[in-house]
Amino acid sequence: MDLRPLREEDPDPVKGWPIVLQSPRSSRCERPSMLKLPKLAGRRGFLKHAATGAAGIVAGAKTGFAAVPQDHASQAVPSDLTLRVKALESLLVEKGLVDRVALDRIVDTFETKIGPRNGARVVARAWIDAAYKKRLLADASTAMEELGFHRYQGEDIVALENTPKLHNLVVCTLCSCYPWPLLGLPPVWYKSAPYRSRAVIDPRGVLKELGLDIGADVEVRVWDSTAEVRYIVLPERPAGSERLTEEQLAALVTRDSMIGTAKVTLDVRKVPA
Amino acid sequence: MNGVHDMGGMHGMGPIRHESNEPTFHEIWEGRVYALSRVLRTRGGLWNLDASRHNQEILPPVEYLRMSYYERWLAGLLKTVVAAGDVTTAELESGSPAPGSAKKAVLLTPEAVPSMVGRRASARRDVAVVPQFKAGQHVRARNLNPVGHTRLPRYVRAKQGVVVLDRGVFLFPDTNAHLRGEKPQHLYSVQFAARELWGDQASPIDSVRLDMWDDYLEPV
Repeated sequence: MDLRPLREEDPDPVKGWPIVLQSPRSSRCERPSMLKLPKLAGRRGFLKHAATGAAGIVAGAKTGFAAVPQDHASQAVPSDLTLRVKALESLLVEKGLVDRVALDRIVDTFETKIGPRNGARVVARAWIDAAYKKRLLADASTAMEELGFHRYQGEDIVALENTPKLHNLVVCTLCSCYPWPLLGLPPVWYKSAPYRSRAVIDPRGVLKELGLDIGADVEVRVWDSTAEVRYIVLPERPAGSERLTEEQLAALVTRDSMIGTAKVTLDVRKVPA
Repeated sequence: MNGVHDMGGMHGMGPIRHESNEPTFHEIWEGRVYALSRVLRTRGGLWNLDASRHNQEILPPVEYLRMSYYERWLAGLLKTVVAAGDVTTAELESGSPAPGSAKKAVLLTPEAVPSMVGRRASARRDVAVVPQFKAGQHVRARNLNPVGHTRLPRYVRAKQGVVVLDRGVFLFPDTNAHLRGEKPQHLYSVQFAARELWGDQASPIDSVRLDMWDDYLEPV
């Protein structure tokens, strides 16, 4: 047993060992083209892995995706998963259950239409229109529909107002619940073990790690999304933004500020002319 | 179940790896898994949201932690397509529909995508159920340890809090995940002082709020 005192270069016992639970960024961002895939030598081989994994899970065995290497760096190697998903999709299409164009449209919707710009518009409207803000805080699900955003997935949306004395922070410790209609799909870090585990026990430490220092006199209120209620933070309007238009204000509002892990700052580079 | 998915309060999971300008999907296959899930989940039964969540919770813990987010979704998909009878294990192995098998009806046409995405399906239930608690009431989270699905995190069990708001009647995930009925009941926003949950290391003014069903609570 190593009894020497902890040194600077040792792993931080609170933050954990520098293990990589998610794939390294550089590899994750490479988007393999389906057109460049190696020629399928028949789907049998790839789906056999999938079936083994599925059967293992069904049986409660611990095999899971035994075919995927444990090595963290290898986790990002896309070919295995890419081919497996492609094979599953093809099977479901041939069975008649799935229409490929419908899949394309769903992906396109979340890549180009539903994202944090939606939430930013709601926030900007609330900043310039006191009556709208009142409706938003009373019933966000209805107020967002005024701007053309539909709720879905059985969700009630609730807006949480940050003030000089109260800072709200949203998490889902059990899975990845997130206000899809207003913020789109959640970022990897929001769904990751480090954030889910520590946001409730050490919210101030988490915020500090993400670059936000909250004063000891400001209440930090963490919202754990345990049911079908989805939370969006209404951040504080930045000082000095009084003369900006609604559109200019919306450009300042970041995704993180609506999760509660950042504040909105008056960054003139972001303001459209 | 007391699974590794129930992470609130755990230590040792490492630093938060924040990425600037993160894309919606990092890999094409992630988007396909997401879209396939949305299409298959247009039905109820084994495809209901609570059952889908539970499918990931029962992954072996080592696998759960090792897998990326959409790998877990894929694992759930592969399990449920077989369990729900959409495809057979033999078809998964061969990669093709069984010879002579009837073609199934398409679940979602491209034209129906916008309405599916904007669908107003809700976990709210419009039934009269007597609330067991009211706003302002002091409550304790029951010390439940079910082996099945639950949305009652370990860190809050046996802790005392205050009901802030009655959100109305919602279906109950603990039964719905196992196809044992919706058991609709009142859902409340309940506030717990950070020090009640974590002791003196926590700030005296901080708090955590959870949404909790009648069955999770008892009066103090």
